[in-house]
Amino acid sequence: MFAFLIRRIIQAALVMLVVASIAFLMFRFLGDPISNLLPEDATVQDRAEMREKMGLNDPVLVQYGRFIVDAAQGDFGQSYRNNRPVSDLLAERFPATAELVLVAASLALALGIPLGIYTALNPRGWLSQGLQVVSLLGISVPTFVTGILLILVFSVTLGWLPSFGRGTVVDLGWWTTGFLTTSGLKALILPAIMLALFQMTLIMRLVRAEMLEVLRADYIKFAKARGIPNRMLHFKYALKNTLIPVMTIFGLQLGGLIAFAIITETVFQWPGMGFLFIQAVNFTDVPVMAAYLVLVSFIFVVINTLVDLLYNVADPRLRAERTPARGV
Amino acid sequence: MSNFMPMLYAFWDSDITYSFRKSRVAVISALVLLAMFLTAIFAPSLAPQNPFDIAELDLFDSELPPFWVEGGSTAYLLGTDTQARDVLSSIMHGMRISLLVGFASVILAAVMGVTLGLLGGFLGGIVDAVLMRIADVLLSFPPILVALLINGVLRGALPSSAQAESALIVLILSIGLTNWVQYARTVRGSTMVERRKEYIEAARTLGTGKVAIMMKHILPNVLGPVLVIATINLGMAVLTEATLSFLGVGMPPTQPSLGTLIQIGNEFLFSGIWWVVVFPAAALAILVLAVNLLGDWLRDALNPKLR
Repeated sequence: MFAFLIRRIIQAALVMLVVASIAFLMFRFLGDPISNLLPEDATVQDRAEMREKMGLNDPVLVQYGRFIVDAAQGDFGQSYRNNRPVSDLLAERFPATAELVLVAASLALALGIPLGIYTALNPRGWLSQGLQVVSLLGISVPTFVTGILLILVFSVTLGWLPSFGRGTVVDLGWWTTGFLTTSGLKALILPAIMLALFQMTLIMRLVRAEMLEVLRADYIKFAKARGIPNRMLHFKYALKNTLIPVMTIFGLQLGGLIAFAIITETVFQWPGMGFLFIQAVNFTDVPVMAAYLVLVSFIFVVINTLVDLLYNVADPRLRAERTPARGV
Repeated sequence: MSNFMPMLYAFWDSDITYSFRKSRVAVISALVLLAMFLTAIFAPSLAPQNPFDIAELDLFDSELPPFWVEGGSTAYLLGTDTQARDVLSSIMHGMRISLLVGFASVILAAVMGVTLGLLGGFLGGIVDAVLMRIADVLLSFPPILVALLINGVLRGALPSSAQAESALIVLILSIGLTNWVQYARTVRGSTMVERRKEYIEAARTLGTGKVAIMMKHILPNVLGPVLVIATINLGMAVLTEATLSFLGVGMPPTQPSLGTLIQIGNEFLFSGIWWVVVFPAAALAILVLAVNLLGDWLRDALNPKLR
């Protein structure tokens, strides 16, 4: 177990190093930081001074080393567009994205798992068939279209829910939350539904497929033959083994949620990191793009590593495979 | 010419066409797609109006609803937008650009993926190791994020004056460069199986060069699954293009794709002219749904395990 942990951490560190190198290359070759940071009427001498001050005259390897050290401490320099430290911008936006993703993920799990179990246990029911059609539509309709339709129905036509922003947020010093006010909670509903819908259909299909597979297994047949009641059979024995792969996929999809939050945040003008990133892509604001890339990759890598570890803990068969066979 | 009819009959009678005729879903989605392709190809002559020709626009006709709503006119079946552009014509032209980007990026991804997969699988060693590590890293990120990053980098590398006219190429590159991994992995796998077979050994003994073996002997035998991946990928590519355009980093409003049309329509959501956003969105959803259904059918039809 310990060796496995070390191996996974080394792998994760390597991926982060690759990502950081890509970020450095973006800095080095994309746009000219000097003309982006200085006013347009800066003299040649100003520019030369700035170059020297920023260390752009040093050898590339020295610059690379400095970039990695700074990045590891969360320092990505100044945004070209807002002229503020990138780390401040991201720290300001992080809570909005985190709350959105958290609510969407819980929603997707809380609805996806029960619906998946239901469709697996009653494959011929009208609700199951209807859900299958809806999930096919859910995969083909682009998420931003879902968001627009939600706004069209619930904001424009019915006027029940706000269509943009986070509502009133409470500032806790290091974190701003929309959970504590009614307007904050109301503003969260539509974006969370839009973000959760695709994940929910995915989880539903996955749980259904896995559950059908498990229900065909021998040990379930034996349990049935032994006269164990259906309820216990389904929820105690079958569900446990169904949820292991679901856990893995969900962990990986959590990264997808962060990426898809870019689209949700654009549709609902949600002041999160994704919205910041899209603006940065639009204006080629390299420091923000690079910092977002590194931060999101870091979150992905941490999630992936954790999922791998959990998988190992949850499924004893995986551990058994790694220990050398001791003869029968 | 004499053996043309038997050939046609053999094709009609083959497994794949039989399974196609049997599947109502496949036939319907193929017909829908065919209609959409034809509309896209002939949009300039089919469309009732040229939405990019200012001389054809009459500002008195702006913001008209679809013809069945009160105040609508049969001259503009699906209504007009704020600049009096016919929504139906805009959709036809938009579909043209969406499909162009979709096909071009799928071809780019397929050519790149097949080439790299073939090289990696046949040569092995360091080439293979490096390629597969790159593929692993790319696969661990959601495709939309990768496409956005490549898009940002490409646009940043261009002077800002050239950005609008090169939008099409930037889009094709960013989507194509995101999607090659799947082809490369599949082709690499089957290449590694093929290269150990006797006919390759025979070709090698006869003194055939490496490139010739790869192109003439291995390539035809590993192309099968590529078609399935390409079909499913087309839906993905069209969707990615629409998403990028919707986010404002894709096609400019002067040359709108379906995604751009939805983005423009979205800005007028609150003025009550729902038709400028709902119809392009519906067209996009039907297009992607049809491609996905056809792709699903093709995957099952070509899968020997399911026969």
